[in-house]
Amino acid sequence: MPGKLKVKIVAGRHLPVMDRASDLTDAFVEVKFGNTTFKTDVYLKSLNPQWNSEWFKFEVDDEDLQDEPLQITVLDHDTYSANDAIGKVYIDIDPLLYSEAATVISGWFPIYDTIHGIRGEINVVVKVDLFNDLNRFRQSSCGVKFFCTTSIPKCYRAVIIHGFVEELVVNEDPEYQWIDRIRTPRASNEARQRLISLMSGELQRKIGLKVLEMRGNAVVGYLQCFDLEGESGLVVRAIGTACTLDKLSSPAAFLPACNSPSKEMKEIPFNEDPNPNTHSSGPSTPLKNQTYSFSPSKSYSRQSSSSDTDLSLTPKTGMGSGSAGKEGGPFKALLRQQTQSALEQREFPFFTLTAFPPGFLVHVGGVVSARSVKLLDRIHNPDEPETRDAWWAEIRQEIKSHAKALGCHAVVGYSESTSICEEVCILSASGTAAVLNPRFLQDGTVEGCLEQRLEENLSTRCGFCHIPYDELNMPFPAHLTYCYNCRKQKVPDVLFTTIDLPTDATVIGKGCLIQARLCRLKKKAQAEANATAISNLLPFMEYEVHTQLMNKLKLKGMNALFGLRIQITVGENMLMGLASATGVYLAALPTPGGIQIAGKTPNDGSYEQHISHMQKKINDTIAKNKELYEINPPEISEEIIGSPIPEPRQRSRLLRSQSESSDEVTELDLSHGKKDAFVLEIDDTDAMEDVHSLLTDVPPPSGFYSCNTEIMPGINNWTSEIQMFTSVRVIRLSSLNLTNQALNKNFNDLCENLLKSLYFKLRSMIPCCLCHVNFTVSLPEDELIQVTVTAVAITFDKNQALQTTKTPVEKSLQRASTDNEELLQFPLELCSDSLHSHPFPPVKAVTVEKASPVGDGNFRNRSAPPCANSTVGVVKMTPLSFIPGAKITKYLGIINMFFIRETTSLREEGGVSGFLHAFIAEVFAMVRAHVAALGGNAVVSYIMKQCVFMENPNKNQAQCLINVSGDAVVFVRESDLEVVSSQQPTTNCQSSCTEGEVTT
Amino acid sequence: MTSELDIFVGNTTLIDEDVYRLWLDGYSVTDAVALRVRSGILEQTGATAAVLQSDTMDHYRTFHMLERLLHAPPKLLHQLIFQIPPSRQALLIERYYAFDEAFVREVLGKKLSKGTKKDLDDISTKTGITLKSCRRQFDNFKRVFKVVEEMRGSLVDNIQQHFLLSDRLARDYAAIVFFANNRFETGKKKLQYLSFGDFAFCAELMIQNWTLGAVDSQMDDMDMDLDKEFLQDLKELKVLVADKDLLDLHKSLVCTALRGKLGVFSEMEANFKNLSRGLVNVAAKLTHNKDVRDLFVDLVEKFVEPCRSDHWPLSDVRFFLNQYSASVHSLDGFRLECGGTIWAHCNLHLPGSSNSPASAFQVAGTTSVHHHAQQFFLYFQ
Repeated sequence: MPGKLKVKIVAGRHLPVMDRASDLTDAFVEVKFGNTTFKTDVYLKSLNPQWNSEWFKFEVDDEDLQDEPLQITVLDHDTYSANDAIGKVYIDIDPLLYSEAATVISGWFPIYDTIHGIRGEINVVVKVDLFNDLNRFRQSSCGVKFFCTTSIPKCYRAVIIHGFVEELVVNEDPEYQWIDRIRTPRASNEARQRLISLMSGELQRKIGLKVLEMRGNAVVGYLQCFDLEGESGLVVRAIGTACTLDKLSSPAAFLPACNSPSKEMKEIPFNEDPNPNTHSSGPSTPLKNQTYSFSPSKSYSRQSSSSDTDLSLTPKTGMGSGSAGKEGGPFKALLRQQTQSALEQREFPFFTLTAFPPGFLVHVGGVVSARSVKLLDRIHNPDEPETRDAWWAEIRQEIKSHAKALGCHAVVGYSESTSICEEVCILSASGTAAVLNPRFLQDGTVEGCLEQRLEENLSTRCGFCHIPYDELNMPFPAHLTYCYNCRKQKVPDVLFTTIDLPTDATVIGKGCLIQARLCRLKKKAQAEANATAISNLLPFMEYEVHTQLMNKLKLKGMNALFGLRIQITVGENMLMGLASATGVYLAALPTPGGIQIAGKTPNDGSYEQHISHMQKKINDTIAKNKELYEINPPEISEEIIGSPIPEPRQRSRLLRSQSESSDEVTELDLSHGKKDAFVLEIDDTDAMEDVHSLLTDVPPPSGFYSCNTEIMPGINNWTSEIQMFTSVRVIRLSSLNLTNQALNKNFNDLCENLLKSLYFKLRSMIPCCLCHVNFTVSLPEDELIQVTVTAVAITFDKNQALQTTKTPVEKSLQRASTDNEELLQFPLELCSDSLHSHPFPPVKAVTVEKASPVGDGNFRNRSAPPCANSTVGVVKMTPLSFIPGAKITKYLGIINMFFIRETTSLREEGGVSGFLHAFIAEVFAMVRAHVAALGGNAVVSYIMKQCVFMENPNKNQAQCLINVSGDAVVFVRESDLEVVSSQQPTTNCQSSCTEGEVTT
Repeated sequence: MTSELDIFVGNTTLIDEDVYRLWLDGYSVTDAVALRVRSGILEQTGATAAVLQSDTMDHYRTFHMLERLLHAPPKLLHQLIFQIPPSRQALLIERYYAFDEAFVREVLGKKLSKGTKKDLDDISTKTGITLKSCRRQFDNFKRVFKVVEEMRGSLVDNIQQHFLLSDRLARDYAAIVFFANNRFETGKKKLQYLSFGDFAFCAELMIQNWTLGAVDSQMDDMDMDLDKEFLQDLKELKVLVADKDLLDLHKSLVCTALRGKLGVFSEMEANFKNLSRGLVNVAAKLTHNKDVRDLFVDLVEKFVEPCRSDHWPLSDVRFFLNQYSASVHSLDGFRLECGGTIWAHCNLHLPGSSNSPASAFQVAGTTSVHHHAQQFFLYFQ
């Protein structure tokens, strides 16, 4: 029972008036944890009460500490009637449970009510005294660190990257319980918020246990999602990558990893049927492998025999229902076996990371994805997680087999998602098949890592582009050429991936956001018919999305996509597909060919003319784009390529003449029997529309760039101004005679207009780049399409930007020096001391740091003097894992918050826009307040995972659910660091360096 | 395809100054969009009208949400919902509390009541300021008035502390509050030539010298109400015109001092009794509330207009007033009988003001000198 939670309620401010007569409030506070409740005194007649309570102490199990949120309720005392609730604050005390994170939570929290929104603030202090418990059979996993960041967090070093962890918990949704009919909306919302808070606590604890079992100490790339299944329940699931991390400042502290042979051997060589789903379309492309599996009869059979299959597929690991627990088992075996085969032996060699330590990624195969349509009302035992576990296990198996077909033993940049409409649910998983350097997967010492990095340094620049599969025995017909960089290995002509651009990749010009958008109408249907219809539509959608992406990529004159994310959303009467990625020109890959247009009726003169006109337009666009994105690959490189091998010259010419054909073509060959993919045949108006829509994508106004990856390829001189934002749009389609074309156009316009709006709004930041642009589509009702965008705008220095257009050679030299710098860093780190007391060695590496924002820094934090001015401390938010121009010095813990807001006076609150605008602003405020209370001044890797909006204008009602997460951090400006490092007297800095302390 | 919902929320709240101005000026979204289109923003940015519409709506919504906080500016500083840099916060507040000269001249000295609020439509049509903007300005006056009404301490400081306004704006508000509290009539046609600046200057001096606060700094609403005792004492001045000898003596003293210095000496000499009577009567009547309200009207009628009809140059007016009050001190009987306290009072109240020992006169003359000298000259020529 090792834990004492202490809570003190200090004061309140800006409380709402609860007593109309006196225009004042008699407020008191209830503090609840688990089943224990304490109360403060009633502070009479004040809107700014000063309770200054004693310390309320809760003695609790650490299991509860992990699961339960601290619940603070502010009430108005009423002598004669029931006390009125003003609002609540939920505080996740998880960050207090690991040693390196926050030590105290103290600050002003907005008091939140699900009906009225934020109603004043309350000042709370929370502390935890934790007694160490070494019980091996404990159910808690205190001390395991969680990071949303999908790369190794900045002030840590990965000792070992263990691999995939996943977990899933199910509960009945309070909204659908019988009691919901009689209780108030407020009570219902609060029950839901509390339940989800509890469930995510439990989920995190269970994942933590798995990590401990694997001998890891952290989860990186932690992604937790909610599936609101409706009647069948509420699912909270999470995936992540277990790692052993080592804090860079304290070299001696890392875990003596898993060399102890006493550990029970649990590994079960996973010899299952390679593809249990009968009709997988198989690996057809290097870029995408999709499988659609739905057979109604099968879902029946699975239902009946679910328990058996579950047992065979995923042996239970004592507690918990997941299947990843045993991954820890094979670990020791890795040391003895060939690492590669060992990796294969893991059940799921998946990694949720999108950026890796240098040298980790050896080759990249291409995108692998799998989708499956399920019926929720057929779940035999909805309250148990088994069925869902089985579903996901099945999909993961497919992903794994696709990766294998690509000659890869691992999947990186892995993610999972769902789309639910009524009782139909589409499960999707995607990732990038890759070959990894096994050294990181085992217990490597620092020296080992260094060695590895040195050795890899020479080859990695283009290495990841080289094909992992056997050239003679390719899993699909693809067009290969010799690498344009090293001229030794073969590369594909196009590369699609879900990961971030590796930092050491050589890119020519700048990148840009590329989106494919697609709608397909679907007949309204019930149950199986519906599911069948959906699974029949899926392959066509995937194919079309893919073609669009490819065309747009060619149109931009680029040859690779990073950060690809395809979202398929299901609605009552339509399916929506939205793919976003960042296109770049990789120097190692061949120059993409153009797009040819061919008419079907060659005899018609005017038609011919029209076609040639179109062709000219397309060629012009390509030329313009090349100029815009500064894509001017050095011409000489071809000569060089030509010289060492006699054939390739001829080959490359050949390639040029028919460069339109690529693996895409071959995919077409297989599936549709067409000859050439990049000859767009205009045979009907539809095709015409398609070509037009290609050309209608307007490039961002000058001074703007956009991408959906962490950083914009080709820009590396960020300045410090950042602006994170969320934008939501809902459009209502005119229900009359909707056609696919009209629908596509509407959807396209919606997205384009949204982007245009963003560019306009942020025009004052020019020159700037929208990074991590994350689009989410949902179909809340029949005729409604909702698009939610979260991104961050970062300014950069235009003058320096000009310098980036240097030759790749120079760039690579710079890269190399950066790498060296990074190498040097390790010894430096090792000898550098703890944060606060030690004066900094005046290292002058800051310039290099500025050049590559993702690089690790050598500077340690020095606690900045808290800002003297009395306003609220500034908390930055960003979906990126770094803050430009600043060093993250401390991770304070994960922020994972779920809010419900409901209104019964929609019109009075400014309609749907007013309602949602206020709610999102409130969510931001609550996130900032929590971060500030933890002592942080920024949230990195921020993500709005869910924004479910429902309205009923006739009843004047609306409801919205929002789930956000991110990592709370402390950062210090580099400019301040420089001041400190040069030992100048630190004059008080502006708000940038506040410790996030909120003072009155 | 119709847009149901369209929002943009930034972690740092975006504030577009131009849109803020349009919003403050009370334009509807449609009008604001039209005005922005006219400003050529579409050409500059290459945006479409739809984008502009959405942007304007968004800003308006934000301002609408901020308005509640702007009603109590310290709340804006401590609230957590909108993350706004301090400089922007100051700008928001300052602009929100800024007012139109034309509007303030209309309501200056009026009771800030519901009745006045109803007349805002007329003011709106008269001044060409939108009704919305009029309402905001009126509500600002009223809000400031309500908050500082019963407070101790300096009026300007109180306003600054509770509304975080700049020094200049706080002084203006102090004047508005002072006028509203004392209900000085400023709307008469005769007074139209005086600007708000003129009145604000008077108000500042009156607050410094005529109010309770000028006597005792520990009173409630010290800067708002006139010192009754002082007004009562002013009655005693009547002796200056009632006593024939004293009047003559006073006149001769003034005339001796000013001979040769005044361009309009003969007119002054001829009119001295009238002018003196006018001034003293205005001062003596101030015990009645109604007469306090008409202070400015009376001054213009009894003093400024005679001067104007005789074409007094501005400098002469000042000379005359200086001498007029200075001479009183040398009146033996006056000093002994009753004047001592009063003039002491007056002088006490006017420490540094070299050119205006008698504050009442200042109202008519000097204010214009300071603020609208040109205007003043126009009337004299």
